[in-house]
Amino acid sequence: MKNEVLLTVKNLKKYYEISQGMFKEKIVVRAVDDVNFTVMRGETFALVGESGCGKSTTGRTILRLVEPTAGEVVFKGTNLASLPYEQMRSLRKQMQMVFQDPYASLNPKKTILQILMEPLKVHNKFDKKERLRKIIAMLKIVGLSEYHLDRYPHEFSGGQRQRIGIARAVILQPDFIIADEPVSALDVSVQSQVINLMLELQKEFGLTYLFISHDLSVIQHMTDRVAVMYLGKIVEVADTEDLFRNPKHPYTQALLSAVPVAHPKEEKKRIILKGDVPSPANPPSGCAFHPRCPFALEICKTKMPEPTTFEKGHTANCHLYIKNEEEIEYVTSYS
Amino acid sequence: MSDKVLQVNDLRIRFRNGKETSQPIRGVNFHVKKGETLGIVGESGCGKSVTSLSVMGLLPIKTSEIVSGEILFNNRDISRLKEKEYRKLRGNEISMIFQEPMTSLNPVFTIGEQLSEPLRQHKKMSKSEIRNNIIAVLKQVGLPRAEQIIDEYPHQLSGGMRQRVMISLALLCHPKLMIADEPTTALDVTIQAQILELLKEIKVKNEMSLMLITHDLSVVAEMCDRVVVMYAGEVVEEAEVNELFDRPLHPYTQGLMKSLPSNNERKSKLFSIDGQVPKPSEIGEGCVFANRCPFAFEKCFAETPPAFNRGKHISKCWLQDPAVKEVMQNEERSIVNS
Repeated sequence: MKNEVLLTVKNLKKYYEISQGMFKEKIVVRAVDDVNFTVMRGETFALVGESGCGKSTTGRTILRLVEPTAGEVVFKGTNLASLPYEQMRSLRKQMQMVFQDPYASLNPKKTILQILMEPLKVHNKFDKKERLRKIIAMLKIVGLSEYHLDRYPHEFSGGQRQRIGIARAVILQPDFIIADEPVSALDVSVQSQVINLMLELQKEFGLTYLFISHDLSVIQHMTDRVAVMYLGKIVEVADTEDLFRNPKHPYTQALLSAVPVAHPKEEKKRIILKGDVPSPANPPSGCAFHPRCPFALEICKTKMPEPTTFEKGHTANCHLYIKNEEEIEYVTSYS
Repeated sequence: MSDKVLQVNDLRIRFRNGKETSQPIRGVNFHVKKGETLGIVGESGCGKSVTSLSVMGLLPIKTSEIVSGEILFNNRDISRLKEKEYRKLRGNEISMIFQEPMTSLNPVFTIGEQLSEPLRQHKKMSKSEIRNNIIAVLKQVGLPRAEQIIDEYPHQLSGGMRQRVMISLALLCHPKLMIADEPTTALDVTIQAQILELLKEIKVKNEMSLMLITHDLSVVAEMCDRVVVMYAGEVVEEAEVNELFDRPLHPYTQGLMKSLPSNNERKSKLFSIDGQVPKPSEIGEGCVFANRCPFAFEKCFAETPPAFNRGKHISKCWLQDPAVKEVMQNEERSIVNS
């Protein structure tokens, strides 16, 4: 893998305002709050988190399907956040998205041919005869065939639809694909087929993925680096293997321990978090995780933690690691 | 036998849609013992939810029909009960938790109003008794500030809390059997861990049996004592949980286990079962899994396999037929010899 930066996200913010009536103050929902990360060319970068933590919004803001409130998204040296609409549109042939729900993301009134022709027409790629050949070739790659061309989406199963969704994204030969929970709506046996397809395509076209998911076993299997999100913020970034072996942030530890066992005889020490994820409209002060954190200190309630860097680019935002080591020992063994 | 709370024998259900009929459930057999957790696993469309709805008597009357078979609850056939009689059972002795906690509560009634319904139906209690009962159950499922929540509306609660309310609703009348249809699928992993823990706890406390319907093998590994694997409207395998995970006999179960990402090496190609589940209209003679099975031979396409017992491990696959095994071994021997 070359160490070339493909995408940098700097201080990305997306706030939603909820109007409470004419004279009342608006409630601000911080869906994505100051998110920073970089994606290298050719790697699979994962965003994990529970529902409502802002991982999908992050993906959509990068593509500017949702306008960011503040921050920069630098893709191959251009800042996407400030590009005019037309230029952004033409840049999207280099970055595409695969959506979560294969039942909702395909237009039911269009045939597969029309669905796959659309991106080619919009971006004016290849001449007209070439296009049909490309589409057929693409269908074969994703495991469908020529006679599917004139069918409508409702004639396909969930797994096949997701293949069409992937074909639609890959047909423009982009460099970068944002996959927003591409397999979570699928059954186990179909899920493995789609994951295999994504891995194959990555090898064949040298794709870079931003893989958004809440399924930790899928993430462990197919990604290179992981960012864990909680309430609109990234709390930990690490290489996948490193993260699963040695999670630093208490939230990551709890998240990993909550994954059900793969075999009934496997014993697992579980950290069960109390309570629910707080509302992003009214996040707790200081570290957003402190009301549920088993190791919370006084400082966590008031001050937002800064990222601490460990070996191999592993960073975690937690006060436990800023304090000197003795205290951590005390905290982890007695709380 | 008396230790079986629920027994389903050769259940067949047919649906009518205009002139077309389809039969999504074809000969399902299983039983739930007292105090045990039975897992029913299968992919979407395999008939696990239809089976559970038929146990609850919730199938649509106009379009569905139980063609044959019986559902014995405490040794009493309930598959042909009248609606009025069913009402006495439902929510009282058998209760159910549904998949979507967001949609299974009525948004225009308070939690208290919804929870008092089963008590009003089945128990003779005064209003204050009902209220106290509800608060006690809400506390039992681990909801904080139960006294306030009872007067709140569902939209004021989070997904995990709503699922807890659903569980308390199912618990109110101390049922003997609880059916949980994908109780954690719509929830996040950390909340899922909480709810599974809660289900285990209340099952022991209330001495009831639990029928857990899920598509997630790891939830099964965590929770169940025995497992039934369903595929395309049939039970293809039934075994004790450790036995199933150690020695899955049916090729479908083996495929499912192998295709879990955690059972594959990182970044490698995942094992996958080729093809798709056949539509109910496409199923003909032979084993339902034959068209996707890597071990299929002629007999699989011609004849439907019966259930082969190996101790308490039941599987519907010709490979388990002692006669077939012998033939296979002979063939192997002849290949080796030649």
